[in-house]
Amino acid sequence: MTMKILVPVKRVVDANVRVRIGSAGTVDTTGLKMSLNPFDECAVEQALRLREAGIASSVTVLTCGLPVCQDVLRTALAMGADDAVLIDTASASPDSLGIARLLHAFMITDAGADAYGLVLCGKQAIDDDIGGVAAMLAALLGWPQALNASAIEVAGRGWLVTCGDDAGTATWRLDGPAVVSADLRLADPRRVTLPSIVKAKQKPLRTLDAATYSFPLEAQTRIVEMSEPAVRQPGIKVADTAALLGAIGSQRLFQNVGA
Amino acid sequence: MRSLVVGEWEDGAISDATLRVIRAASERGVPVDVLTFSSTMADAAACIEGVARVLLAADEAPNPETLAALLQRIASDYSMIATSHRTAGRSALPRAAALTGNAFLADITRVVSAQRFVRGLYAGSVVATIESTSATLFATFRTSSFAPASRTGGAASIVMLDAIAPFAATVLIDRQAAAQNGRDLSSARIVVAGGRGLASKDNMDKLGVLAGNMGAALGASRAAVDAGYAPNAAQVGQTGKTVAPDIYLAFGISGAIQHLAGMKDSQIIVAVNKDPDAPIFSVADYGIVGDLFDVMGELDAHARAMGNAQ
Repeated sequence: MTMKILVPVKRVVDANVRVRIGSAGTVDTTGLKMSLNPFDECAVEQALRLREAGIASSVTVLTCGLPVCQDVLRTALAMGADDAVLIDTASASPDSLGIARLLHAFMITDAGADAYGLVLCGKQAIDDDIGGVAAMLAALLGWPQALNASAIEVAGRGWLVTCGDDAGTATWRLDGPAVVSADLRLADPRRVTLPSIVKAKQKPLRTLDAATYSFPLEAQTRIVEMSEPAVRQPGIKVADTAALLGAIGSQRLFQNVGA
Repeated sequence: MRSLVVGEWEDGAISDATLRVIRAASERGVPVDVLTFSSTMADAAACIEGVARVLLAADEAPNPETLAALLQRIASDYSMIATSHRTAGRSALPRAAALTGNAFLADITRVVSAQRFVRGLYAGSVVATIESTSATLFATFRTSSFAPASRTGGAASIVMLDAIAPFAATVLIDRQAAAQNGRDLSSARIVVAGGRGLASKDNMDKLGVLAGNMGAALGASRAAVDAGYAPNAAQVGQTGKTVAPDIYLAFGISGAIQHLAGMKDSQIIVAVNKDPDAPIFSVADYGIVGDLFDVMGELDAHARAMGNAQ
């Protein structure tokens, strides 16, 4: 098996940190705990399992951002990824399409897109909550896609992927190389051990300059204002069910009974 | 310029979600067209208030890749292509955006102007106003944030589109609807939701029976879904569904920020939890600190009594 798996990842504010707007009217992430995006962590885990099952030969993790993002690449390497790539975006702040274009450019100029049998990433980043990159990259590659995956297995020259949808699940057959995005249920990430962290420091981590790919990275959307959502008026505690019915009104609470 | 809403068909009618996106799109102040996938659907769409033109695609149920290719072909007529923030749109719209070199935004909650929109970041902890300079903006909308357009009052013309070559490398093998107690979660006026505090699938099933008796939908926290108490489709939160019912009753849900992101716009929130310090109480209008099974049983008795009285 010579198929490689590419796992694009993102460094985000840790899921347990409450984000607030600073005096400048923006989110200041200085000093906040940063982590590998949880959905991407599941994607790394699933990619490693496919390699361990002999389906793939290697797992490459990649992120687009500043040099500080190397820490999440080291985390993925400590989990077991073979090598890592940082595409340094310097002062640019690309949007989802810019990231997809960088990933696409990397794939076709580095090993060649044909070297990869699968791109596996998280279904969304927990900071911007957009979830656009996977489908955008699939479009640029002309590959089939499956989003929000909870299970994946190899099927001939392609993949069988089970995805969460509005009312349950849908199973898709993707012929050939594909882009798949991971739900948290896809695979429970392994714990990183101290020896693996030490070992990860020896693994290859390359830095590429985004400017070498000759296309503009200016975002077509920009945030013009940020605020915190309106806080709900404080509620009251009620003693029991009878008091609750009295407070809301039985007619309102049971408005749909028999309807 | 115009807006295009990708229509959705559900239970023999244009979906309520589509009606809400049409209303949202109309707030941009430019004509709104609707894309449909059967002649019955096109006829229904043509009657909707505020719809200028209905496009009728030749393909009845395109996969996301095929739908994206179809949108690519017609995108230059539109300054925005929109649909609801559900599976089909989340898959097809970003793909179409990349095919046409345009931007994609997800889960828009307010329209400020033709090019300015509001959406949440960080699981709704931050509300951002975003300006788009994309020639065609591809966007999904949070349906619970907009009122539905009326199904009647319109008289749009119907335009046939040429067939498009289907994207054959993606094939739907199977679609499984999760077993569901009660009503559809996204559109229910009352939601009864359970968390890890329910402690078993049996108890979640009992909560489902209560939901059924109340004419409510059953929701669940991620913890409860991960524990196997409820199907994925019942999950409410940052990575599940966003709901805004009249009344949201949370049983044994601690209230992680990721869960609150999916329900804090509910009109009335009721929390029942034995832990008085559970974060859910910070957003609850009415809180009961106590045994959730007692409250479930008493509400069920009331609901049954009212049902029998009718």
